[in-house]
Amino acid sequence: MAATRIVQQVSIFLENKSGRLAEVCTTLGAHDINIRALCIADTSDFGILRLIVNDPAKAASVLQQAGFSVGQTSVIALQIPDRPGGLGGVLEKLEAVGINVEYMYAFFVRREGDAVVLFRVADDVLESTIRLLQEANVPILSAEDVYAL
Amino acid sequence: MAAIYNPRYETIAREELQQLQLERLQATINRCYKNVPFYRRRLEALGMEPEDFQSLDDLRQLPFTTKQDLRDSYPYDLVALPLREVVRFHLSSGTTGSPTVIAYTANDLAHWTELVARNLVAGEITREDVVQIFFGYGLFSGGFGLHQGAEAIGASVLPVSEAELPQQVKIMQDFRSTALIGMPSYALAIAEAMEAAGVDANSLSLRVGLFGAEPWSEERRQAIEERLHIRAYDIYGLSEMGGPGVSGECPERCGLHLAEDHYLVEVVDPATGEPLPEGEEGELVFTTLTKEALPLLRYRSGDLSALDSAPCACGRTVARMRRVCCRTDDMVIIHGINVFPADVATVLASFPEVSEHFQLVVEQVGVLDELEVRVELAPQFFSDTIRGLEGLEQEIADKIRANLGVGVAVKLVEPKTIERSIGKAKRVLDLRDKE
Ligand SMILES: [Zn+2]
Repeated sequence: MAATRIVQQVSIFLENKSGRLAEVCTTLGAHDINIRALCIADTSDFGILRLIVNDPAKAASVLQQAGFSVGQTSVIALQIPDRPGGLGGVLEKLEAVGINVEYMYAFFVRREGDAVVLFRVADDVLESTIRLLQEANVPILSAEDVYAL
Repeated sequence: MAAIYNPRYETIAREELQQLQLERLQATINRCYKNVPFYRRRLEALGMEPEDFQSLDDLRQLPFTTKQDLRDSYPYDLVALPLREVVRFHLSSGTTGSPTVIAYTANDLAHWTELVARNLVAGEITREDVVQIFFGYGLFSGGFGLHQGAEAIGASVLPVSEAELPQQVKIMQDFRSTALIGMPSYALAIAEAMEAAGVDANSLSLRVGLFGAEPWSEERRQAIEERLHIRAYDIYGLSEMGGPGVSGECPERCGLHLAEDHYLVEVVDPATGEPLPEGEEGELVFTTLTKEALPLLRYRSGDLSALDSAPCACGRTVARMRRVCCRTDDMVIIHGINVFPADVATVLASFPEVSEHFQLVVEQVGVLDELEVRVELAPQFFSDTIRGLEGLEQEIADKIRANLGVGVAVKLVEPKTIERSIGKAKRVLDLRDKE
């Protein structure tokens, strides 16, 4: 059941103007959508806000209605053992087969003492990445688990 | 009183001028009817013959000739003579997809040379001057036009369009150039290069400059005059009318004197096409009165201006047009290249990642004009990496450069952030000289 292992991330394009990030949060709050994790990548001109929320489809829709340019991206949520080298081991496994991690970021909450890290790889290697990680016994959280965290 | 190149026509009595214009108009319409199927069809559609034009006002019955008509006729369909009579072609700058042609007979070239010579003399240039011309020499008509005119008045001409900025400065020093001719933005770039090289304007021999081929403000004129220690004059032309030479300022600098013995100029309401009373601002419409190879009747220039036919203190009686600072179609002229928002829209339409809402922003960065294309991302976007979005900006910029021949910076913006105006979109934001 690889499909449920794919977590939908909501990405929002933001010009670097003050107040826009707050507007995103207010819009989501007004529609009872909770933010589970977020990261911002930015340049001097614009930024990309990436969010994990409890209801990604609804989040994308309400943000578009509020005038934001919104994308949805598939990412993988891994439970990384909370010990030195835990993350490095996972990255090495991916690197060994030539899978490039485009970006990753961590969850706010820890689960049973472990860290939860979100990975983005290219869509065409998404399924094979999930298989590889499963074979290596790296725990992958299901989408349902992630949205409910 | 300052010199006048051709007093016979530049100080002609208005009544005599109008009689001359009518005779030349009738001859032009006659040639168009006989030799240009495009115009013959137009007259026939109106049930008119050349003899029906008995006054200058009768011209108003004719429909306008537009830029699109010229594009549709590319390259030879409006040429009124066999090619053996044609001695030169130039092409309009701007889009590579649909250029417009201008053709000249030997007589056309002689007239063109004379009209440019009138502008040069009105702009205080004499045979004593060493003239540095940095307009492009090529398909663009500016370089050749000014070159011919300057040689005709016996000035010493340096055709420096190929020189880089430091070399322009060196030539100004070595040849003790007294006059600069070219685009105003480039004159400022030369000033910058001069200052960067530690050259004091006082050490040069410059005294005057004639600038045109792009709109420029009074603020820019002041900057050019202060930095280069020259007196700067505005000249105006359009490739469809043969290039430069259509009008130019005299030392009074109260508008640009039109060559009314060669062009019949109307000012019309851009929305309705109706003629406007003298003094009101509208779109300039030109009819050629002496062109042999490419006569045009009621050509819509897209340039906004107003006319004043009151006598000028300089002695010229031909009408003056107010300096052109706006166009009806929002065309942007950058580095002498015409950029039409419609052409930018065509390029953007091929990118599903962006919406149809965009704006062209012209800014002065240092001394150079830069064009930024701001475009709203579509509500749903595809790449969520910085690399992906910057790649998209670059891809759009590359395609604009390939199709329009102009380098731009593309900036992605959020949806609904570009101002919508009622009716016509506000496509151009010109921030030049506004600081
Ligand atoms: Zn005058």
